[in-house]
Amino acid sequence: MNKIVGKEHFSENVVKFEVEAPLIAKSRKAGHFVIVRVGEKGERIPLTIADADVEKGTITLVVQKIGVSTTRLCALNVGDEITDVVGPLGKATHIEKFGTVVCAGGGVGVAPLLPIVKSLKAAGNKVVTVLAARNKDLIILEKEMREFSDEVIIMTDDGSTGKKGLVTQGVEEVINREKVDLCVTIGPAIMMKFVSLLTKKYNLPTVASLNTIMVDGTGMCGACRLTVDGKTKFVCVDGPEFDAHQVDFDEMLMRMGAYREIEQADLANKFGKK
Amino acid sequence: MAEDRNEVWREELRKATKNSERVQIPRIHMNELNAHFRARTRDEVNQGLTMEQALQESRRCLDCPNPTCMSGCPVSINIPGFIKNIERGEILEAAKVLKQTSALPAVCGRVCPQEKQCESQCTYKLKLKKEPVAIGYLERFAADYERESGHVSVPEIAAKNGVKVAVVGSGPAGLSFAGDMAKKGYSVTVFEALHEIGGVLKYGIPEFRLPNHIVDVEIESLRGMGVEFVKDCIVGKTISMEDLKKDGYKGVFVASGAGLPRFMNIPGENLIGVMSSNEYLTRVNLMDASNEESDTPVLKGKNVAVVGGGNTAMDSVRTALRLGAERAMIVYRRSEEEMPARLEEVKHAKEEGVEFMTLHNPIEYLGDEKGRVKTMRLQVMELGEPDASGRRSPVPVEGKIIEVDVDVVVVSIGVSPNPIVPHSVNGLDVSPKGTIVVNEGMQSSIPTIFAGGDIVRGGATVILAMGDGRAAAKSMDEYLKK
Repeated sequence: MNKIVGKEHFSENVVKFEVEAPLIAKSRKAGHFVIVRVGEKGERIPLTIADADVEKGTITLVVQKIGVSTTRLCALNVGDEITDVVGPLGKATHIEKFGTVVCAGGGVGVAPLLPIVKSLKAAGNKVVTVLAARNKDLIILEKEMREFSDEVIIMTDDGSTGKKGLVTQGVEEVINREKVDLCVTIGPAIMMKFVSLLTKKYNLPTVASLNTIMVDGTGMCGACRLTVDGKTKFVCVDGPEFDAHQVDFDEMLMRMGAYREIEQADLANKFGKK
Repeated sequence: MAEDRNEVWREELRKATKNSERVQIPRIHMNELNAHFRARTRDEVNQGLTMEQALQESRRCLDCPNPTCMSGCPVSINIPGFIKNIERGEILEAAKVLKQTSALPAVCGRVCPQEKQCESQCTYKLKLKKEPVAIGYLERFAADYERESGHVSVPEIAAKNGVKVAVVGSGPAGLSFAGDMAKKGYSVTVFEALHEIGGVLKYGIPEFRLPNHIVDVEIESLRGMGVEFVKDCIVGKTISMEDLKKDGYKGVFVASGAGLPRFMNIPGENLIGVMSSNEYLTRVNLMDASNEESDTPVLKGKNVAVVGGGNTAMDSVRTALRLGAERAMIVYRRSEEEMPARLEEVKHAKEEGVEFMTLHNPIEYLGDEKGRVKTMRLQVMELGEPDASGRRSPVPVEGKIIEVDVDVVVVSIGVSPNPIVPHSVNGLDVSPKGTIVVNEGMQSSIPTIFAGGDIVRGGATVILAMGDGRAAAKSMDEYLKK
């Protein structure tokens, strides 16, 4: 059982939690994720760690309310306990001084991008962060990103803040104006696919952090598998970060939909939503 | 031979019934739920023996001076000792005898491949060419009787020696080790990665073969012996081996089990609906996905194919029936004779209506427009010359390929060891296959780290894992006393 000690709404459907997990706070590194379960009949879902405070013994998770499990999680408040939190899982981000790094985050993917931005900056890189969302209200962690990035470019679909356009336009703008050595992208699979297609055109090495369906998260079930460079890889133990240019994003998008119909019916059944 | 054979009551028991009379008694049949009914429920298939049946079966045992059956048991259970206690009606005593060497008698009595172990070495089998004594049924009977009696005995525990040892993983190897070390007076803590204690006994073996409450009772009994359990904690991730050392643990037994499921690397294997048996069984067993209250989904297929011929394949295909499959198939590339599954599992699967497509090997899966598997292409095989394992190896019959409609495919062709511990400890000797290398005392290249079960064997049975746990406990105890 892990107690929630902080809760903040970024938007109606995006919540930031600070959760007591002293051992995980101590051992986690940028790029790691945890498996979380809410309730005795709860599902095991992977969430990438957005931040940690070793002194306080807490980790930060940012959750978007989508299905049954995230709805249950987002309904919890300060003082409530999460039934299970286990981790840190996956391989940590490979951090070194690359030179100039573009970090492209979309939606709640911005949260797990933050520790990577911090680590890259601390390793002496010039970090240009591109944050993208549908509108102004859905841009998260802008202040924190500005603190650790050399520059932050905001892109929104409707132009309500920053520039009007997609994340790829922001990334391309940077590529066109200066030498970029690495791109790191985290966000919806479809966004990462297009970032990857763009950077491939420019031969810019790109790392994507994937958030596939998982059950145990420790390499046991293989639910998270996908094709990378023609070989089957397990996101939970081989990843979650991969060379984006080798990832079969179409397969990933397909596999992400495996339980969509069942999940929507379950959501309607349990929470009366469609 | 166990000394208790010379006890007066044993001698009297032997005299009371002549062997010529004993050998005339036919082997008992297990009481089973009706196949048609049980294939749609989660109820346990084997219903156990009645007292009368158990007494009758126990009389078959000849209480041999040289009980060869014991040599077939990986944990060396005193087999005649417990059976003769049943014969004289002291069932609780029989259970105590079992617990001397086995931490999980109710589990072993259900899932051990007895026909390959103790029962294969029974005098009836070796000398009389008759059906062996039903040792497994009797073991289960004694363990169940004790549990249901409410008089569960706690094994004798040596005085606490103040030495802390850690166990990584709460499956059969870990539990067996924990039980033995607790008996020797050690303070034992078991670290489990999942949210439930029991490992493969919980996530892998289905309810209809091994009900979870049976496993829980055995775990409670270990708790009663002072064993502590920490769930949601991954050694090598949440805490390190170094942390354990700093916390004062003098020895660590790694029993982290099988990890990565194997796939065949054939086209279409990543289509929706194709999954590992680990995923399928974990969703249904650990996560209770077929229960509407559970938040975990599972794909319930109409036409389900399970690829493989082991116990896990049988568990998967029988689970598919219970989730409502209209057609449940085993697809196995060799013939039935080579199948590694227990005879009982194959028999039960057939009775329940599972189709056996032996000598067929999947070569490709085809999907629909949404990426869901809909057809399986199978290469027809025939048996060729014996291979390295001594089994006749299957070879393709050229040009014979058939297509079968499927909406769920469960790949059950084995697992590779869990990579987390082998990858996280510097200086640990690991084989090219990823298993931890140990000596005959289950000790790794790091003297304080011992290992057993699937992390050493790469994929074996519950009882072999338990045997490793026992061997490791004996050997770690000797090492720590030096």
